[in-house]
Amino acid sequence: MKTAVIVFPGSNCDRDIAVALEAVTGIAPAMVWHGESELPAGAGVIALPGGFSYGDYLRCGAIAARSPIVRAVVEAAGRGTPVLGVCNGFQVLTETGLLPGALMRNEALDFVCRDVALTVENAQTAFTSRYAAGEIVHFPVAHHDGNYNADAETLDRLEGEGRVAFRYAEPVNGSARGIAGVFNTAGNVLGMMPHPERRIEAAHGGDDGRRLFEGLLETVGA
Amino acid sequence: MKVRVVVTLKPGVLDPQGKAVHKALGGLGFAGVSDVRTGKLIEMEVADDTSDAALDEMCRKLLANTVIENYRIERA
Repeated sequence: MKTAVIVFPGSNCDRDIAVALEAVTGIAPAMVWHGESELPAGAGVIALPGGFSYGDYLRCGAIAARSPIVRAVVEAAGRGTPVLGVCNGFQVLTETGLLPGALMRNEALDFVCRDVALTVENAQTAFTSRYAAGEIVHFPVAHHDGNYNADAETLDRLEGEGRVAFRYAEPVNGSARGIAGVFNTAGNVLGMMPHPERRIEAAHGGDDGRRLFEGLLETVGA
Repeated sequence: MKVRVVVTLKPGVLDPQGKAVHKALGGLGFAGVSDVRTGKLIEMEVADDTSDAALDEMCRKLLANTVIENYRIERA
C-alpha cells in the first residue's frame, strides 16, 4: 500500500507519521511538498501531519488549507481515499471544510504537552477497527489550539451519527463535549488532536497508536 | 484604496484570550470592565475598482473562518 504524507513549511511531525506508516506498510510514504498540485498515483492513504504550517499565520491551518496540494487532498477525500489529519493536520481539515467545527486556543491558554487518556467512541470505522468501543487509550498531545468548537446542532449531529472518534477522558483543552477527534460524513476522513504516530512502539511508552495505522491499512487493503 | 477587515469571534464563542485580557485589566485595578473580546484587524491596499462582492469573497474564503468568526469590511 502506497501512502502519502503532505509536508508544509512548518510541519514538524511529518517524519514521525512517515515512520508510523512505514512501520505498518513496509513502504516509505511519498513525502509531498505543499506546492505540488497532484498526489502520487496510487496513494491509498493520505496523512496531514502536525506542526505549524505556514507559521499558523492568520489562523491555525488556514493558509495550508488553501495550498495547491490540499485542493488535491480534498478531491481525493471526495473519491473516498482515507485522509488522516493529526494536530495541525486536523486544524487544516476543519479549515478546508472537510470536517466541521474549528480548533481554538486552549481554554486555559497554555500549551498542553503530555500524555492524555482518550475514550474510543466509535470502533466501527476504518481508522478504529482495532480498538473496542469505550476502550481507554493513551496518546500524547502537544498543542496550543486544540479546543474543539462547533455549534450545538453540529455537535448533536456528530454524536448522533457516530462521528466522534475519540473523546478526552480527562480535562485537556476545553473542547466542546470533550471531543478529541471527528470523522466526516462518509467516515473516510479523520481529524484528531492527539498523536497516534507518537505511540507506535514500546520505546514510545506503548503502542496504542499503532493499532490505528494497522486497522486503517488492513481496511484499505494494505 | 485602503480596506480594513475587522474579524471578531461570533457571540457565544468562548474567547480565552479575551478572558485573559479581562483578568489582566482587573489585576491592574481597572474596574467596571464587564467583558473583553479580542479580534483581528486586517488592512489591505486594493485597487479602487475592487467590488464589494470581491471583498466579501476574500473574507469568506480566507480572511475569516465563518464557523467561529464574523467579519466587517470598512472602506477607507
